[in-house]
Amino acid sequence: MLRRVGLSLRHFLLERNSSAGHSSCSREAKMSRPVQARRLEGIDKNIWVEFVKLAATYSKVNLGQGFPDFPPPDFLTEAFTRALGGQNHMLHQYTRAFGHPPLVTVLAQFFKKLLGRDLDPMTNVMVTVGAYQALFCCFQALVDEGDEVIIIEPFFDCYEPMVRMAGGTPVFVPLRPNPPKDGKLMSSADWQLDPAELASKFSERTKAIVLNSPNNPLGKVFSRGELGLIAELCVKHDVLCISDEVYEWLVYDGKQHIRIASLQGMWDRTVTVGSAGKTFSVTGWKVGWVVGPDRLLQHLRTVHQNSVYHCATIAQEAVAQGFQRELRLYGKPESYFVQLPKELQQKRDWLVQSLDGVGMKPIIPEGTYFLVADISQFKSDVPDVPNSDEPYDYRFAKWMIKSKGLAAIPLSAFYSEAHKNNYTNFIRFCFAKEEATLKAANEILQKWKQEKTSS
Amino acid sequence: MPFRHKNTRRIEGLDSNVWVEFTKVAADPSIVNLGQGLPDISPPSYVKEELAKVAAVDRLNQYTRGFGHPSLVKEGDEVIIIEPFYDCYEPMVKMAGAKPVFIPLRCKNDGNSASSADWVLDPAELANKFNSKTKAIILNTPHNPIGKVFTREELQVIADLCIKHDTLCISDEVYEWLVYKGKKHIKIATLPGMWERTVTIGSAGKTYSVTGWKLGWSIGPEYLIKHLQVVHQNTLYTCPTPLQEALAQAFWIDYKRMDDPDCYFHSLSRELESKRDRMAQLLKEAGLKPVVPDGGYFMIVDVSMLNVDLSDVDEKQPYDYKFVKWMIASKKLSAIPLSAFCGPETKKQFEKYIRFCFIKKDSTLDAAEVILKNWNKQTG
Repeated sequence: MLRRVGLSLRHFLLERNSSAGHSSCSREAKMSRPVQARRLEGIDKNIWVEFVKLAATYSKVNLGQGFPDFPPPDFLTEAFTRALGGQNHMLHQYTRAFGHPPLVTVLAQFFKKLLGRDLDPMTNVMVTVGAYQALFCCFQALVDEGDEVIIIEPFFDCYEPMVRMAGGTPVFVPLRPNPPKDGKLMSSADWQLDPAELASKFSERTKAIVLNSPNNPLGKVFSRGELGLIAELCVKHDVLCISDEVYEWLVYDGKQHIRIASLQGMWDRTVTVGSAGKTFSVTGWKVGWVVGPDRLLQHLRTVHQNSVYHCATIAQEAVAQGFQRELRLYGKPESYFVQLPKELQQKRDWLVQSLDGVGMKPIIPEGTYFLVADISQFKSDVPDVPNSDEPYDYRFAKWMIKSKGLAAIPLSAFYSEAHKNNYTNFIRFCFAKEEATLKAANEILQKWKQEKTSS
Repeated sequence: MPFRHKNTRRIEGLDSNVWVEFTKVAADPSIVNLGQGLPDISPPSYVKEELAKVAAVDRLNQYTRGFGHPSLVKEGDEVIIIEPFYDCYEPMVKMAGAKPVFIPLRCKNDGNSASSADWVLDPAELANKFNSKTKAIILNTPHNPIGKVFTREELQVIADLCIKHDTLCISDEVYEWLVYKGKKHIKIATLPGMWERTVTIGSAGKTYSVTGWKLGWSIGPEYLIKHLQVVHQNTLYTCPTPLQEALAQAFWIDYKRMDDPDCYFHSLSRELESKRDRMAQLLKEAGLKPVVPDGGYFMIVDVSMLNVDLSDVDEKQPYDYKFVKWMIASKKLSAIPLSAFCGPETKKQFEKYIRFCFIKKDSTLDAAEVILKNWNKQTG
């Protein structure tokens, strides 16, 4: 039976091919058995694919996906151009697989300062295609079938599918909001882990915990005490820590970003992930890195050399020069790491004011360039549909993009399937945008408020 | 070391790698490096210029559309790999939990090979490798390391088996433009019945001599590509924007002049053909037997007649590994041992060959010439 089907398919295609020089794309003609591997089950949906398309089609003001719409710093693009036009045309060819030597060298110097320990650029640092690929290497190298991985909610969406793709089981623990009693606006610091609840998530199957500080989407900057609690549990249960610190430089109000790898007992069990895209406002360059002990990084190197193998040379060369400049200017007012958070803090405050003024309740972020706002006051604009398979905030965000031209991301996108309906009144805005963009957003919000009060 | 810090099972045994081993050894600048396959010639100027233009456009420094890699192979599947093979296929198949099934190219003239066309698959042997567990076959044409350009008839044999056994074809065609006089590159996806079961892979690095840009692509039917997109969105998510933009511009420039001999796709292969011929000549004069490739920028060479005695070298490595290390140390010339490109059963068959890369500037080939001409004067 199968053979007959196979022959007639071939016949069908031969007829179609006779005039054209090549096979045409035929929807009917497929392989007869399931094509995709089981590891892809359930991870085909991706919030960004959906919302990036919507934003591209409908939005006038895009505060959705997290990327700056302002230019990267001149010194960095100039470094890129210099590398291009320079004598050394070998910068167009493969460089060292685990990281372009000038880049790993300066990263080692930088992080030696920040972590307070000597680092070998060849074994304690590896460059990846964005922090995304760094995370991929971590999960593939360290998570085996049956391992449990603790993920703190809300979380950057890729952690869950990456854990599953590695055959691991994600175990979720939420940050819980404790609103201030005086009725002031909430801060991301008011969202906290319950220590007993966190401890209960550790079992003998727990392989790792994923930490993201400063946290996307809330903007929370974990305090030394909070990190100490996590560290204690990691040491007690011999658990690894994958520490996503891509927003390490975007910290406001004089707060300090603390690196969990510098805490007692943590260096040996932590892989710290960083990103040039976030550090230097060049998300499209896709240069990231991991820093950690050789005995963990050696396994990440194995995954890397069997997948991507090398990262683009020129971008690494330019990022290295960027870091060399920052090393020279460390702590000084002209340092990009000082100027960028200063600028972003102003934008944050501006957006907070704007949202507060129209009745959306922003949660003031301590870090990152995201802020989450409570949209309960605007619920009446988008009626709830009972028994809908989409959480309320998804529907709200999609409606807002289409009818108001303002793009944001629903907060439940950052929760596991089981907990999506716990926080459906929040949406996330990105404020790494030019003044004109934020002004335009404000106008949309003001107009919207007027329509509500007058109707 | 605590148990927890062990590597995952999927990467067991995948930590060693021929490139890691040999690029370190050949890194000494006094060594003429004809080993790893990367050009030391400059990419075309308009390619660099496009990137310079693009770098000045701010929005091109940010994320682009997410899709711009395969999870069609799962645990228990078998994947046919033709030997010798580009070394990454085997670990990638294993990392996917599948079993590689090897079939060697065999030399027609009983070991006396002068051309890559002498290396062929035995159709009956190939047919025997297919069974109900066979999920895919990996085809690489033009072939690394031998330089073979599969003919239409050879591709038809493979296609017939793919259709008969409902098998996928992963066709690595990164050297598609590097085909020499008298040969034609044929895309297996164009054969009847093959479009819907083939993923064709290409590379900007090889097409435009910019290996450091690390841009490649997959072409195929939507229902296969969409699974690659899922993997991509869960691993890298996007590829560098400015590089993609510059590549697109460069492609437009050459697409418009495809019939023009100045088109880079044609001018590069012409340039490489003369380097190929020069390399072959030099090797013959040194008493070696090169296998002249019909495509690609690699050439394999039989070094057995030199009778270099390496039996005193302690390491338990195949002859070609030991030969190359000896050649680097004593002749200051590097190449890659061919058994790096073989499965466990065929290492003996291929250990008398080493691979040279000839996409090198004239001064590099001049330096290689000096070494080869003086070879017999200092037998080691």
